[in-house]
Amino acid sequence: MKRLEEVTLPGELRYSVDHEWVQTEGDRVRVGITDYAQDQLGDVVYVELPSVGAHIAQGAVFATVESVKSVSECFMPLSGEIIEINAALGDDPVLLNQSPYGDGWMIVVKPDDPAAVSGLLTAEGYLARLKGGA
Amino acid sequence: MSEALGTNGLVLNEPLLWERGKKGRRAFSMPAADVPPNPLPAELTGEGPDFPDLGEIEVVRHYTRLSTWNFGVDTGLYPLGSCTMKYNPKINEKLAGVPGFAAAHPLLPTALSQGALQLMHDLERFLSEITGLDAVTLQPAAGAHGELTGMLIVHAYHRSRGRQRTKILIPDTAHGTNPASAALCGYAPVPVPSGPDGVILPETVAALMDDETAGIMITNPNTLGLFEENMPEIARIVHSRGGLVYGDGANMNAVLGMVRPGSIGVDILHLNLHKTFSTPHGGGGPGAGPVAVRKDLSRFLPSPRIVERNGVYALSADFPESVGRVVAYHGHFGVLLRAYAYILSMGPDGLKEASRFAVLSANYIRERLKDVLHPAFDRPCMHECVFTDRNQQASGVTTLEMAKRLIDHGYHPPTIYFPLVVHGAIMIEPTETETKEELDGFIEAFRSIVREAGENPQALREAPSRTKVKRLDETAAARNPCLAG
Amino acid sequence: MRYLPHTAEDAAAMLETVGVREIDGLFASIPEGCRFTGRLDLPEAFSEWELERRMAELADRMAISPEYLLFLGAGSYDHHIPATVSSLAGRSEFVTSYTPYQPEMLQGTLQGIYEYQTLTARLLGMEVATASHYDGATALAEALLMAVRITRRKKVALSRAVHPHYRQVVRTYFAPTGYELLEIPCLETGLTDLDRIGECGDLAAIAVQSPNFFGCIENLQVAADRTHACGALLVACFTEALAFGLLKSPGSQGADIVAGEGQSMGIPRAFGGPALGMLASRKQHMRSLPGRLVGKTTDRDGKRGFVLTLATREQHIRREKATSNICSNNSLNALTAAMYMASLGGTGIRELAALNHDKAEYLKDRLREAGCTIRFAAPTFNEFVVGLPGGFEAGHRRLLDRKIVAGLPLGPYYPELADCGLICVTETCSRQEMDRLVREVIP
Repeated sequence: MKRLEEVTLPGELRYSVDHEWVQTEGDRVRVGITDYAQDQLGDVVYVELPSVGAHIAQGAVFATVESVKSVSECFMPLSGEIIEINAALGDDPVLLNQSPYGDGWMIVVKPDDPAAVSGLLTAEGYLARLKGGA
Repeated sequence: MSEALGTNGLVLNEPLLWERGKKGRRAFSMPAADVPPNPLPAELTGEGPDFPDLGEIEVVRHYTRLSTWNFGVDTGLYPLGSCTMKYNPKINEKLAGVPGFAAAHPLLPTALSQGALQLMHDLERFLSEITGLDAVTLQPAAGAHGELTGMLIVHAYHRSRGRQRTKILIPDTAHGTNPASAALCGYAPVPVPSGPDGVILPETVAALMDDETAGIMITNPNTLGLFEENMPEIARIVHSRGGLVYGDGANMNAVLGMVRPGSIGVDILHLNLHKTFSTPHGGGGPGAGPVAVRKDLSRFLPSPRIVERNGVYALSADFPESVGRVVAYHGHFGVLLRAYAYILSMGPDGLKEASRFAVLSANYIRERLKDVLHPAFDRPCMHECVFTDRNQQASGVTTLEMAKRLIDHGYHPPTIYFPLVVHGAIMIEPTETETKEELDGFIEAFRSIVREAGENPQALREAPSRTKVKRLDETAAARNPCLAG
Repeated sequence: MRYLPHTAEDAAAMLETVGVREIDGLFASIPEGCRFTGRLDLPEAFSEWELERRMAELADRMAISPEYLLFLGAGSYDHHIPATVSSLAGRSEFVTSYTPYQPEMLQGTLQGIYEYQTLTARLLGMEVATASHYDGATALAEALLMAVRITRRKKVALSRAVHPHYRQVVRTYFAPTGYELLEIPCLETGLTDLDRIGECGDLAAIAVQSPNFFGCIENLQVAADRTHACGALLVACFTEALAFGLLKSPGSQGADIVAGEGQSMGIPRAFGGPALGMLASRKQHMRSLPGRLVGKTTDRDGKRGFVLTLATREQHIRREKATSNICSNNSLNALTAAMYMASLGGTGIRELAALNHDKAEYLKDRLREAGCTIRFAAPTFNEFVVGLPGGFEAGHRRLLDRKIVAGLPLGPYYPELADCGLICVTETCSRQEMDRLVREVIP
């Protein structure tokens, strides 16, 4: 497992305490799990994503990620409607490990309140959380 | 045992069944047709399954070779914690094959099946005596099935009192089957943290128990190998709020003849005949999970039930409050009769002796490994001892790697990473049927592995090296599942 | 006691290491108030010889062939079990092993179960099969709960021609869930009234057994079409796995999940258990399957090997959110079934299934000629419903005195068939024995 200083945390992203990242793309946001989260999970073998069109509230489960011997739930960083999912994860769940911020993205959301993004953690804030609680 | 147990030997390769054979071969003695053919309409018939045609010698070689890739209790020490891999007596296998039992049809008129019914009725009485509870069902097909049956009884009980409840208390040391069984009955599990000594504290239960909680599921001795010493007080708290106490009897093998759950507040209890009563595990089943209950809950037991009048046995479905049938017929009769034979072979003193030696053996291992492995709790254990991986963390060697290395020494590894509340758990249950020499061999092997972890950790990472296959890629198996050939 | 190998010397040495004087000292953590101080009221220990005699006395009070002539099926069938199968299944490396959590030590069980899954999937015409369940009834209950999970609908319907005990087990499993159970009636032909499927509303699944409890062969293709038209899944159920040696497989007729009893595949009847729950599905539903699955993989050297897989569905990982609470399978019986299927082969299973059918037809014809009523017109496999002259129960009782068990009286299960019984014939029943039944059946 990575030491905290080895974890990649791009500065342009926002983060949730539940280890999701959020990237603003106009009026939509792209969501995935952090490098720290994928490293903790180990080899991902299966990803279950929500249906496009579903509305999911902040803090509710939007996906489950399975490794060989664990199941983890991913929680919505902000409330909104799912408008796109990364179907490539179905065939190739390893993308989540290889490229958590790139090809391993999970969903695109139309947030109910686009301003909610600013309420999420910065990279520094998230790292401080990891150091405090890890 | 001066020479190490694990060694190399000639093991033969063997292909998959359908990679063998030739069309037209058979390994079955087909009776001659003594009636005229009478074909079904063509629209009803199919091609028949695509099975390989094999000769008798091919079938025999195939499975004989496969069997040599397996490790059983008959092969060697199998100290899987919580699984109770004790010796499975040969006489019981022989008795299960007696035609009167093996060939008995489950729907025979009761007048023609008195032997099986009497056996089951006697076994119910034996289990009732052992558990201190009043009535027993033999229908549940396995431990988890017994739990489900118990939860169905809890559900039926609360329904009969006019108000269903929504939650159930389950200690954090419980087997995963407990929450899953409760969930099937619609109960949300509420985790109960164990106290600093590894046992549940009454005040924790008192704080969680309320009128929405159906009861508690509690394993005693628990999965840390410790006796839940506050059991009567916990039961009193749960009962005072209208709940029931479900006892998971998976570890009953530690206290036979010494503790009767029915006397310490347990209302419902399942037993694993394949653990405590020596029936074989068969590579994962079949087992049997009879459920015992106190008198006023007997009306909810699965039906039909065996009833006796003047030495004549019958099946009665006249129990209107019964939860119903949980299996197609009478339960795993073939397993029940093995357990019955075991109880008769042991007698009351033998059963107690079995528990005493199970506990002595576990403590002996604990004592002889505790300077190299870190015990989860610094106190004597019951039938199993649990260690953490704390002493190995500095070297980076994991519990899994040590377990895999034990294989090379000729021992089945203990249960690992369970219970979940113990970091890198190593859970060892030697059982009472192992000789001291066997235990000593295992202890020496484990000690040498701990040494090796410091000196040559790579050997552990590459283990096992003496098995027919090396470490298997479970990630690939789960990513691209191939479940049939 | 010979199962406990410790000598007094061993015990003393172990106690000394542990640092207690008596074994009882190790039980100090058990409070006085929790201890049982009496002696269990159980029979005194039997010697091996005494035990054999005791068990023989009990076994002698069971009616078995050849002393009795049995025409009983109804979910438990008398098929010949090859000596090779009993012998191989009794190998202690298989019998005395545990669930293969350490796959490198249990490749025998794992490859054997993988082969079982494969042969079962082929038998049933499905893509994947589980490593087995307790019995046909619990497999059916699990299959219906699985359909509820997949469709997220809360109502299922069962044909009235599904084995009555299976329906009872489903009722037990469903009782605390709040899910609704409907029953689809049967027609005068002995077949399920498939026209009623459309009337059932928002169903998760429909369960149809074929051959059904009356032995009649259902049209699963029509059942599948009607079921799919309402957005539900067809759960095909069976109690006689041998039938698929001859009949179209449930999978080839559109079943989504198949659940039933595999006892016919080389497993002793043993008064009803342990038997073998078979459960198979389409690959798309693989992750919703309850119970264990074995998958193929490779080891570090690239060699083929097998492991338990997709474990994240199971209770030990997902706990209360698992697809089932099941923790074991009837592994040894699954292995036995694979041995049996391999012994028959594709050619043999077809021949044996045809022989079962032909024999049952022979008896059906002779009984009809003798004046018995063959209750249903639909084609049957190896059992059928018959009415006896003078009433079934009376005839059945009279024949018991002549050591013939003339099938199962249906009155307790189907009041409308109180004058009928279910008769079964397998390959183990000779023409002479059938002729004897026909002779004796007429008062």
